Amino acid sequence: MTQEGEIIISVKDVHKWYGEYHALKGVGMEVKKGEVIVIFGPSGSGKSTFIRTINRLEDHQRGQIIVHGTELTHDIRNIEAIRMDTGMVFQQFNLFPHLTVMQNIVLSPIQVRKWTKAKAEEIAMQLLERVGIPEQAQKFPGQLSGGQQQRVAIARALAMQPKIMLFDEPTSALDPEMIKEVLDVMVELAKSGMTMLVVTHEMGFARAVADRMFFFDEGQIVESGTPQEIFKSPKEERTKLFLSQILSH
Amino acid sequence: MTQSNTILPPLTERSGIIRWVRKNLFGSWLDAFLTIIGAFIIYWAVKGLFTWVFTVAEWQVVATNLRLFIIGQYPLEQAWRLWVALAFLMFLTGNSLGIWARKSYFATILLLAFPVLLTLFPFGDEPRKWLIILTIVGVIGWGIGRTASEKLSRIVIFGWVISLPIFILLTRGFTPEDGIMPIVGTNLWGGLLLTFLLTVVGIIFSFPLGVLLALGRRSELPAIRFASILYIELVRGVPLITVFFMAQLMLPLFLPPNITIDRVLRAMVAVTLFSAAYLAENVRGGLQAIPKGQFEAAHALGLNGLQTMYFIILPQALRLIIPILVGQFIAVFKDTALVAIVGLFDLVGIAKTVLAQPDFLGLQREVYVFISLIYWVLSYGMSYLSQQLEIKLGVGKR
Repeated sequence: MTQEGEIIISVKDVHKWYGEYHALKGVGMEVKKGEVIVIFGPSGSGKSTFIRTINRLEDHQRGQIIVHGTELTHDIRNIEAIRMDTGMVFQQFNLFPHLTVMQNIVLSPIQVRKWTKAKAEEIAMQLLERVGIPEQAQKFPGQLSGGQQQRVAIARALAMQPKIMLFDEPTSALDPEMIKEVLDVMVELAKSGMTMLVVTHEMGFARAVADRMFFFDEGQIVESGTPQEIFKSPKEERTKLFLSQILSH
Repeated sequence: MTQSNTILPPLTERSGIIRWVRKNLFGSWLDAFLTIIGAFIIYWAVKGLFTWVFTVAEWQVVATNLRLFIIGQYPLEQAWRLWVALAFLMFLTGNSLGIWARKSYFATILLLAFPVLLTLFPFGDEPRKWLIILTIVGVIGWGIGRTASEKLSRIVIFGWVISLPIFILLTRGFTPEDGIMPIVGTNLWGGLLLTFLLTVVGIIFSFPLGVLLALGRRSELPAIRFASILYIELVRGVPLITVFFMAQLMLPLFLPPNITIDRVLRAMVAVTLFSAAYLAENVRGGLQAIPKGQFEAAHALGLNGLQTMYFIILPQALRLIIPILVGQFIAVFKDTALVAIVGLFDLVGIAKTVLAQPDFLGLQREVYVFISLIYWVLSYGMSYLSQQLEIKLGVGKR
């Protein structure tokens, strides 16, 4: 099952409407196990909406999404199965403010994976060490800096031992000096072989670890390719324009 | 002389009573004028009050009927059961303070010493003895709580869970006439005892019902949502007194003649159902204040709807609305006074019967001031405790 090149996410012709507004207009993508995908594009291009359809935080109205062999439908059991295998990191961290860092991380493993408290806490400590903040375990999220909070959020998602990690603009809400500490964790994660879909404008990150990049505009994939192809010789005018806008300063 | 680099604040910002008075009370001619007028009004009111309290008022009416105000017609020879029930509550209170409120010395001393302070009132020797026992039991509980392990705190929580059933069981009794605990009918429950039970039952049962209604109103299932909205809007649209009238006067008309439901029980159900509708709206307000991202994060972690509500949303929502919840609880406490109108003998009901006695005609002021004082002390107590709770729960909040 786990040989190289296995397709873990398959998206075909997905459409999404918010009322009258056509947010996704036939998006298709196949992601292989272990691939790091960077998705970028102007705001309102549907890139966040797209990544959120993969764990069904948004439902799609047409097309097909298969994650890890399970098709996303209205069937709640399929949705729960996919969410157990899919970790997500949000722009606004979305830590639970009433729980300590440790409680944030162990809640879902204990409640959903039915681990013992001892096992969950042991793994949580390992993850906190991996993201570099083991000493913050007993603090509340409000006592941490933004960068630390985002690293806790990554540890929390990893605690469920997901097969896929989704990042929805993980550094956009951070102060500049904290972006690097989060990106470092993500780079390490990418190199460990995790399958990652990352919505981001951090082109340095893309250049360093992305296997493929997808440029979204107006609800469609305009262009895709390796970072080499995208940065050196973008084919589409819109890609060129956008890249020149975000790389110009 | 030592040299100092600190720059002193301007004179007006420095402390000192005279400066404070000059700045705040006599800052301008108008301020001075208003201060003098205000001082006269306060003097006049306080003097009037003191004169009345200490020379005019006939407090004999309160002293003579103190037992009636506290327990109504509850048989005196069975009153020990109430004291035992209170001692149990006091033990739990002491215990809980010892476990969870180790730094709140003022609240702890106040709560534990409260029974002893009550001995200043003209109770008989027997109640005074019990009041002192209450404080002793509370202090013992506090001492045990100080040394508590995690196991003990679970036992204490269990103790609180069974405290209401135990209180009601002891109050009501469960043996025939000649047993150790003969049944005391609810028609004999009265005074503060009845007010207390109506309030506590109302709060404890309306709270979960209110939460369920709030969740129901936000449900995605139209039937549940519609039923919740219907219930909430229907109940909120009528005055509590009409609900009491329905329960006490209308309900028997619809029941078969051989079935009677206890009058006190009916009042308890009425309070509960009424309060639940208001609580539901308060809880809904709290739920709406929780950012969408919290739901999304919980769902993304694989928590199902129930787990999301229980672990993530409700704890935050309820913490946000503690002040509103306590406001609602205080309202329940005071609203129970309306049962006097449908013929139950709560504090207000007892006040009315006392005033109907020929000996005490015309002493409305004394009686109503006294029961107002009881209502105020207990309401303010609830308010104070909720503030302490907020401070305690505020730790680590965003």
